[in-house]
Amino acid sequence: MSPRPWRRFAGHRAPVVHRPDAAAISVENVSVVYGGRPALAGISFVLEAGEYLAVVGPNGAGKSTLLKALAGLLPTSSGTIAIHGHEPGGHVCIAYVPQRSEIDWRFPVAVADVVMMGRIGRIGPFRRAGTSDWDIVRRALSAVQLDGLAGRQVGELSGGQQQRMFIARALAQESDLLLFDEPLAGLDIASRDEVLALIGALRERAVTVVVALHDLAVAASAFDRVLLLHRTQIGFGSAERVFDEPLLRSAYGSCLRTIERDGRTVFIHDAGCDGGDHEPR
Amino acid sequence: MSLVEWLVEPLRYPFMVRGLAAAAAVGALCSVVGSFVVLRGMAFLGDALAHSILPGLAAGFVIAGRGDRRVLFWWGLGTAVLVALGMGWVSQRGKVREDTAIGIVFAGMFALGIAMISTVRGSSIDLVHFLFGNVLGVSGGDLLLIAAFGGGVLIVVALFYKELVAVSFDPVFAATLRLPTGFYRYLIYVLVAVTVVVSLQTVGVGLMLAMLITPASTAYLVTRRLPSMMALGAVFGVMAGIGGLYLSFHLGIASGAAIVLVSVAGFLIALVLAPRRGLLRRAVRGPRR
Repeated sequence: MSPRPWRRFAGHRAPVVHRPDAAAISVENVSVVYGGRPALAGISFVLEAGEYLAVVGPNGAGKSTLLKALAGLLPTSSGTIAIHGHEPGGHVCIAYVPQRSEIDWRFPVAVADVVMMGRIGRIGPFRRAGTSDWDIVRRALSAVQLDGLAGRQVGELSGGQQQRMFIARALAQESDLLLFDEPLAGLDIASRDEVLALIGALRERAVTVVVALHDLAVAASAFDRVLLLHRTQIGFGSAERVFDEPLLRSAYGSCLRTIERDGRTVFIHDAGCDGGDHEPR
Repeated sequence: MSLVEWLVEPLRYPFMVRGLAAAAAVGALCSVVGSFVVLRGMAFLGDALAHSILPGLAAGFVIAGRGDRRVLFWWGLGTAVLVALGMGWVSQRGKVREDTAIGIVFAGMFALGIAMISTVRGSSIDLVHFLFGNVLGVSGGDLLLIAAFGGGVLIVVALFYKELVAVSFDPVFAATLRLPTGFYRYLIYVLVAVTVVVSLQTVGVGLMLAMLITPASTAYLVTRRLPSMMALGAVFGVMAGIGGLYLSFHLGIASGAAIVLVSVAGFLIALVLAPRRGLLRRAVRGPRR
């Protein structure tokens, strides 16, 4: 990246260099105030590079808020967040995917255009994408099996294809940390499995993945760690440890239902139970 | 009158030729900048911005008198940029809702402008020109200003194109790329402001919004990618400018109104005939959660 001052002015700052000895994500006693009221408090956990974390909790628990704080989009009111040893601002390696409902799907951009947006930080200002950037975009699209749809307008894709497009954008960005807000919401079982498989495939690239989820079974089966939230941190660790009835009860309250099956207790929570959806934007 | 005569006759008048050139240039420029206005949902802000320039024009008018149009351009430009920055600030930090804050600034500035102009005796004609444009009064020097500043706006859009698209499509993601989303928001406001001033003589502050959003929206209905939306919007804008002036010439309609009416007619045609945007879009987009 050139040190020329007008580049700085146009906002492309040189990315920070990762500390090799630091954890991918280190969160210490973090609180976040959002919209004038406390949205999160007392969050502390450490995630090593390449680990997969599922963030679970009822609606409005602060899952989106946590992801935005990790991305450096929301300031912490206390505590510290370090990504590879540095505060979140300054990285270009953080790929953040918002909830599908936050995107205007009528926007006239093609799938390849969106994936190319992942390259903007690397291309720098006042330059156009080069052949190597388009090669990267092509490879990213084929990694998520969207080769044939590169020219489609984004609203013409199915929900699962839209999420795969965002995974391709994260690949094109060559990100080390993927923050994914509710990627499975509203998907049918087949697309859900495809998206999960693609997220799983990022393990080869040693990408650290943090996903906000509703489905406790998916959190337990596809992730190394789970973080149970309800405004505060209720549990962090392996799913066996965290998905324990008292902890789940304190997060979900009366929304938690259990059934006995083959002598085991199965937890079910009703995603629609908690009324108001997520944080107000 | 044959079609050829119908087309050629206005060209015998130099003021019509200059007017046609101005209307075409403004039609193209407004559509490119207007694409961002449409996609970002800034229509109200664009309208407010146009109306809020009036006190600046009035100040130039009161101080310099009605003789010198060129002075008005610079007064308009200065006011527009200040108002754009002010609205960018108000819309983020206001104590009331964003649209309310913009509305108050809009109404207050517009009233101030009318009040100032009304202090000058016999100024009603000039007020009408500010409000609805006077494209037939465009001079050669005005055309140069339109070309210079319009060209400048297009160059800035081209330079920052990929960033402007990214912050408009997915601002949260753009922020994680460390793009200064605030800077780009202000940049878009200033681009709209300069466009408004450049276009002022063609349609006036009262009908400016139509030029910003109508050709761009027409193109939005029939295209699927932003570069083609901008290009086709520019074509529609040029057609509206030229077609409107011909109608104005032959039917004796006010020029600004004729231009806007032609562009709205184009939009309605596209709305009815657009192959995909309407129904298919709705079927695909439904947020499934």
